[in-house]
Amino acid sequence: MLLNGTETDVLIIGAGVVGSALARELSRYQLRVLLVEKEVDVAFGTSKANSGIVHSGIHDHPGTLKAKLCVEGNRLYPQMAEELNVLYKQNGTLVVARDASECEMLGQLVNQGLLNGVSGVQVLGREELHRLEPNLNPDLAGGLLVPSGGIVIPFDLVYALVENAVANGVQLAVSTEVWQIRWEGGQFIVETNRGMVKTKYIVNAAGLGAAKVAGMIGDESFTIYARKGEEYLLDRRLEGYIQRTVFPLPTPESKGILIIPTVEGNIMLGPTAHRVDSFHDFSTSAAGWDEIFRFTQRLVPGLQASDVITSFSGLRAAGDTGDFIIRPSELNTHFIHVAGIESPGLTAAPAIARYVVELLEDAGLRMTAKRFFNPYRLVVRIRDLSLEDRDRLAVKCPAYANIVCRCEMVSEGEIRDAVRRGATTLDGVKLRTRSGMGRCQGGFCSPMVMRILMEELGLKPEEVTKNGPDSPLLFGNLRDNPSCPEKD
Amino acid sequence: MKEQAIDIAVIGGGPAGLAAAIAAAKAGVERIVIFDRQAELGGILNQCIHNGFGLRYFKEELTGPEYAARFIAQLAEYPQIEVKLETMVVELTADKQLITTSRRDGWNLYQAKAVILAMGCRERPRGAINIPGTRPAGVYTAGTMQRLMNIEGFRPGNRAVILGSGDIGLIMARRLTLEGIQVAAVLELLPYSCGLNRNVVQCLEDFDIPLYLSHTVVEICGEGRVTGVKAAPVGSDRRPILERSFMIDCDTLVLSVGLIPENELSREAGVQMEPSTGGPRIDTGCRTSVPGIFACGNVAHVHDLVDDVSEESRIAGIAAAAYVLGEESIANGQKRVKVVPGRNIRSVTPQEIVAGEPSALYIRVAFPERDVVVTAGSHRSKHRIVTPGETVRIVLRPEDIDFNAGVLPVAVEGGEVNA
Ligand SMILES: Cc1cc2nc3c(=O)[nH]c(=O)nc-3n(C[C@H](O)[C@H](O)[C@H](O)COP(=O)(O)OP(=O)(O)OC[C@H]3O[C@@H](n4cnc5c(N)ncnc54)[C@H](O)[C@@H]3O)c2cc1C
Repeated sequence: MLLNGTETDVLIIGAGVVGSALARELSRYQLRVLLVEKEVDVAFGTSKANSGIVHSGIHDHPGTLKAKLCVEGNRLYPQMAEELNVLYKQNGTLVVARDASECEMLGQLVNQGLLNGVSGVQVLGREELHRLEPNLNPDLAGGLLVPSGGIVIPFDLVYALVENAVANGVQLAVSTEVWQIRWEGGQFIVETNRGMVKTKYIVNAAGLGAAKVAGMIGDESFTIYARKGEEYLLDRRLEGYIQRTVFPLPTPESKGILIIPTVEGNIMLGPTAHRVDSFHDFSTSAAGWDEIFRFTQRLVPGLQASDVITSFSGLRAAGDTGDFIIRPSELNTHFIHVAGIESPGLTAAPAIARYVVELLEDAGLRMTAKRFFNPYRLVVRIRDLSLEDRDRLAVKCPAYANIVCRCEMVSEGEIRDAVRRGATTLDGVKLRTRSGMGRCQGGFCSPMVMRILMEELGLKPEEVTKNGPDSPLLFGNLRDNPSCPEKD
Repeated sequence: MKEQAIDIAVIGGGPAGLAAAIAAAKAGVERIVIFDRQAELGGILNQCIHNGFGLRYFKEELTGPEYAARFIAQLAEYPQIEVKLETMVVELTADKQLITTSRRDGWNLYQAKAVILAMGCRERPRGAINIPGTRPAGVYTAGTMQRLMNIEGFRPGNRAVILGSGDIGLIMARRLTLEGIQVAAVLELLPYSCGLNRNVVQCLEDFDIPLYLSHTVVEICGEGRVTGVKAAPVGSDRRPILERSFMIDCDTLVLSVGLIPENELSREAGVQMEPSTGGPRIDTGCRTSVPGIFACGNVAHVHDLVDDVSEESRIAGIAAAAYVLGEESIANGQKRVKVVPGRNIRSVTPQEIVAGEPSALYIRVAFPERDVVVTAGSHRSKHRIVTPGETVRIVLRPEDIDFNAGVLPVAVEGGEVNA
C-alpha cells in the first residue's frame, strides 16, 4: 500500500499505546486520521514490553502532568477495558515497608496520593498485610493498599485500541516510517518510506523516536534517553500466589522492583531501571536477573529461579524534564508533542488522548462528533467461553476446536483471526493470541503458526519472520538446496 | 455436546499409549479410546527418523516411525480400541472426566472408568535456563527443529550451535550436518556428555563436530536473527567463567537442555507428583495416587530407550484393565514397599513396589562413577560405569525385597568418582 498523496486532517506518528489511544479518541469525530508506524506491526515499541500496571497515581509528584493524567487514566480504564474486551483487572496495589522507619515513610505516600486525588488508600499493619498476602515475607512490617491499582495486558490493549479505531474509520499504515516533514501552504508535507502524505496536524507519539521526529521540523526543545527495564515471567503454576501488585518504597529514580501478577495468571518480576545508550538494546543480562531475584526474594521468599519461563526488556523513553512533554511545538502550533512518555504512560494513555484532543481543538481543529461511533471490539477467546459455547462455536467453525497452542489453549481459529486482524509475524500472532507465550515458549505451536501465516498471507517459508524483515525464521525448504557433506 | 461413557481413556498415542492400550485390550477391556493431539499416532517417534530403536524389544534396529508402525499395525486386531486423532484433552478431573476438543468432533465430555496418562514430555525452553542476551529469530529447541525439518521440510538455519549433549542434542548434530546445516559446536555444561557413548562417536566424532565439555552459552547475540552466541567454560560449581568467554558465529541456536514430563493434566486431576522425576509417583503397576489413574512412558519419568517405555506401558495397560474389570482388589490386598533413594541416586521409578508384581527399577544416578555396586534390598549388581545420562535398569526377584520392612533402600556403593 502506497500512501502517495494521501490527505488527512491528523497524522499520528507512532502506534504505541499513546498513538493508538489517540487514534481511537479521534475516531469519535468527523475527521480523517492516519496512524503511521515504522515497525511491521503496532505495539512493537515500548508498549509491548512493560510491567502492565495500571498505576493508581500515588507515586507521582503532585502538580505534574504525570500525576494528573495517571489518576485520570486510571479512572478511564474500567469502561475502556469493558468496551474493548481487554484483559484488565483491578487487583489492587500494595506498597510494603520493611521496618518502622519505612512505615513512617508510607504516610508521605498517602499524603501525596491525597493531593493527586487518589482515594481509598488504606494503611495496613503487619497482620492485615499478611492476611491479604500470606506469601509475603513475614518480616515485613506493614504496608499500604491502594484499591484502584490494576493490571492490563498492554499489547492486548494496543491491538484493541487500533482495531476499534480502524473500525471507526481511522487509516492505519504499518511499516511506514516518517523521514521528513515540511510546512508548506498551511499544511505539512510528510515524506515516508512509502510515499508522501499531506496533513493539517501532526501528533508526535513516536516514543523513543520523538526527539528525532521533533527535529524534522527543526524543534530541538527536548531530548529523549532510554532507560532499560528487564522483566522475568514466571510459570502459571504460581497463579494466585501473590494477588496484588507489590511495590517496595520508591526511590527518587524509580518505583522499584516489583512483584506483578498478570491478568493471565503469571507472576512477573521486574523491572530494573538503568540508562542505556542504544535505542535498540533489548538484551537481558545475568546482572539484571541477579538484581531482580535478590530484591524480590526479600519480599516473597517462596519464589524460585526455576519458575522463570521467559524474560524480556523494554526501553523507557525518558524526557529531560522529569515529566511528560505534551504540548504544541513552539515552532508550529499544528504540531503536538506527546513525548517523554515513560511510566505511567500506559496508565495515562486514555487521559493523554483526551488531553491531546483538547490541545488540537485549541490549535484550531474543529471537532464534530460522529453520529455513529461504535465503542466495542469483539474478539473470540475460547479460553474464556463455557464448554457449551465453545462447542456451539466449533460447530459453526471447526477451527475453533483445533488447539494449536496447548500451554495457553489457543485454537487455530483464533490464530487465523489474529492474522486477519493484522498480524503478519510470529510475534504479532503471539502478542494477539498468547500462542507461544506459555511454559513451552512456542516449542510446540510455532511450526504450526508459521504454516498458518504462510497460508493466510501467501508467504514463502523465507518470508516468515519473528517480528519484521530482519528476523527471518526459515531459509526456504530443505530440498531447495540439497547438500550432503562427504564423510571422510 | 455429547457425554460418552468409556472404560479406559488413554491420553497420548505415542509408544506408551499404544502399548498400554493394546495390553488393556488383550486383557479383555471393551471400550478403550486413545486420544492424541497430533494427526498421526506414534508421538515423538515420528520426528525421530534416525535408527537405534527397538534393539531390546524387537531385537532389531528400527527408525522411530518404523518402531511406532509395529504397534500401530497391531491396532487392527483390536476393534475395541478407538483412536481419536487431532483431539486434545484439555481437562481431566480426579473422577476421570475428560474434556476433549477436535476440529472434527468439536468439544466433548467423556466419563472413563480408568485413565492412562501417556502424554510424554516436552522440552525445556530458553527461559527455563535463563540465557541472557537479545531475543532474535533462530533460537529453537531440538524438538522444534526436528519438526520444522523432518515434518515440515523447512531449512531453519545455515550454521548452528547446539547447547546440550544428551542423545537428542547429539542426534540433531548429525541430522543438521546431513542436511547441509553446519554445526559449529556442541556445548555441554557438564564435564561429560549425557548421551550414549555410541551417539558421541557416530554423531559428533565421525563428522568432526567439536564438543565443548564444561561450557555453556552465556549470551545470545543478534537483533533480528541470531548472529552468534557467546560461550564460556564453567567452573566446578557450574558457574560460567566470563573472563574466558568467546564468540561463536552462527545463525541458529539449538537448545537441547532437557525434557520435562508433560504433567499439566496429571496435576489438574490431583495426582501426587514426584519431584525427582517430574512425573507422578507410581507403583509397579503404574498406579498413581488417584485410584484408576495410571501413568507410563515419559510422562512418568524420562526414559532413554523406547523399549523400556513399551515394557512399562504394557504393565500399565494390564493394571488398568484389572482395575476396570474389578480385579484390582487382588493388588489392593498385597503388601507394598516404598523405595528409599540413598547414595548417588537422583531418582528411582517406580516409587513403590507391590508384592507379586514384576519389579523392574529404573535408576538415575546423581553423578558419574566407575566400578560400582547398585544395591536394592538384597539385590546387588556390579556396573562398570554409571552416569546420569544412562538409566540403570535392574530387575528384582521377590526374594530381594523384604515386604515386611515397608521400605526398600536403593543406593550406589563403592566406586571411583568421576568416570
Ligand atoms: C520496563 C518498563 C515497564 C513499564 N511499566 C509500566 C507500567 O507498569 N505502567 C505504566 O503505566 N507504564 C509503564 N511503562 C511505561 C509505558 O510502557 C510507556 O509509557 C508507554 O508504553 C509509552 O507508549 P508510547 O506509545 O509513547 O511509546 P511506544 O510504544 O514506544 O510507541 C512509539 C511508536 O512510535 C514508532 N515510531 C517512532 N519513530 C517513528 C517514525 N519516524 N515514523 C513512524 N513511527 C515511528 C515506534 O516504532 C513505536 O511503535 C513501563 C515502561 C518500561 C520500559
